[in-house]
Amino acid sequence: SVSHSQITRLYSRFTSLDKGENGTLSREDFQRIPELAINPLGDRIINAFFPEGEDQVNFRGFMRTLAHFRPIEDNEKSKDQNGPEPLNSRSNKLHFAFRLYDLDKDDKISREELLQVLRMMVGVNISDEQLGSIADRTIQEADQDGDSAISFAEFVKVLEKVDVEQKMSIRFLH
Amino acid sequence: QWATIRIEKGVKKPQRQMLKTANGIIERDETPMEKEIAPQRRASHKFSDTLYFCRKGFEAIVEDEVTQRFSSEELLSWNLLTRTNVNFHYISLRLTIVWVIGVVVRYCFLLPLRITLATIGITSMIVGTTLVGQLPNSSLKNYMSEVVHLTCSRILVRALSGTIHYHNKENRPKKGGICVANHTSPIDAIILTNDGCYAMVGQVHGGLMGVIQRATVKACPHVWFERSEIKDRHLVTKRLREHVADNSKLPILIFPEGTCINNTSVMMFKKGSFEIGGTIYPVAIKYDPQFGDAFWNSSKYNIVSYLLRIMTSWAIVCNVWYLPPMVREEDEDAVQFANRVRSAIAHRGGLTELPWDGGLKRAKVKDTFREEQQKNYSKMLVRNGSIG
Repeated sequence: SVSHSQITRLYSRFTSLDKGENGTLSREDFQRIPELAINPLGDRIINAFFPEGEDQVNFRGFMRTLAHFRPIEDNEKSKDQNGPEPLNSRSNKLHFAFRLYDLDKDDKISREELLQVLRMMVGVNISDEQLGSIADRTIQEADQDGDSAISFAEFVKVLEKVDVEQKMSIRFLH
Repeated sequence: QWATIRIEKGVKKPQRQMLKTANGIIERDETPMEKEIAPQRRASHKFSDTLYFCRKGFEAIVEDEVTQRFSSEELLSWNLLTRTNVNFHYISLRLTIVWVIGVVVRYCFLLPLRITLATIGITSMIVGTTLVGQLPNSSLKNYMSEVVHLTCSRILVRALSGTIHYHNKENRPKKGGICVANHTSPIDAIILTNDGCYAMVGQVHGGLMGVIQRATVKACPHVWFERSEIKDRHLVTKRLREHVADNSKLPILIFPEGTCINNTSVMMFKKGSFEIGGTIYPVAIKYDPQFGDAFWNSSKYNIVSYLLRIMTSWAIVCNVWYLPPMVREEDEDAVQFANRVRSAIAHRGGLTELPWDGGLKRAKVKDTFREEQQKNYSKMLVRNGSIG
């Protein structure tokens, strides 16, 4: 599990982002990070930290969301096989990504939801028509049960050859 | 020199390694977007792209290159100042005693001494320059002005217990030139004027600073701008150009970053200084953080508490490198020239280079950067022929 020094470092980071010094972070605190502000998916990522309808996140919530990005090999060290599935399992990492699309939380990525994310990623550089075609194609290739939407299972299947572990992990230097 | 003795004392104290903190927290994957996204198969192409942006976002949240430059550098081993104690914990009684002695020495002995010196220095500066200002314009006046400026500067440096090593003095800025340096604190100016005379460039302030500005400009043609004038870039450039064109005028001193950075990296140089023309004399200033943190975090401390912190540190130890003069080449524009000068300074001072604007300390990042990312991604989508 997370080492003591890692927690200290993250707490130090949390406090340095907390400009209001009230023990919680707001969306503005995240947006002050330039590299995050220019990320096309920045807003969605920031949203992932805030529980439903809330505007502040405390350190616990901060750590909990970050935990999704712990490397999977950390889990082999802990022998707790009977406990709940850890947040950074492959499945949960994928679920996290899935939730970036599925805003209405109906466990399906609709064409509309897909288009929204695509639009965030391409900005103004692709026309609605072209983008629609891209979205249609993506759904077509992933959709197995023919409901023109992507369920979590279909999402997982599409990404089965992708090294999710490597793409969605952050390694600490010590 | 009691300053030298104290520094030796500081060095003798063993570099106690308490908690070694690496300067980076996480492994950053610097694979560019093109490499990571492009080779994906078309079917899974889109969803795994999200993972890329996701990870980049989280990496930035845990540790980003920019915001860390706006707070003081972390030290590898403690230097017995509480302010750098953030990551170090209580180790032993003996160390605490040593620290207490340190506090007593710094606050009860050094601080009053330094404040006295500083007061003497500032007062002589104001009085001296006003007196010199009474003289008619002549070479005597210039000479006296230089004497006054240099002397007061030296007093002020002593007041901060500054130990400065100047390197390559043969490259010292000459008249009619422009001196550019990386910016860490308001003290940078004093550090440089300790070794030569410059025409300062800056905004008019109120209070004590304003008094100093008004007095010194009588003796020597410093370039002080009103707040409203600063906004007019053409006016600023014009005035500076006039000054530089006059070869008898002292070199002007400019800090192109526009704001104080924490001395671990050099951020974007504003191109304005490089459009004036003339010869640029780059100077690299690197402070040794072991003896005192010179960085002014203006969002956290005001100038008075900053000066108090400086005066209760062990010392200000720094290296100043004068780099060979540079001129703008035929085929480069101001931005390229600015970057070239910046590289030279960063390289010499052992600082990293960041393409980010120091203004990000206060302002939000421009949308154009995000638009650039979006553009790059769109190119990849289109290129891979994903359009049906």
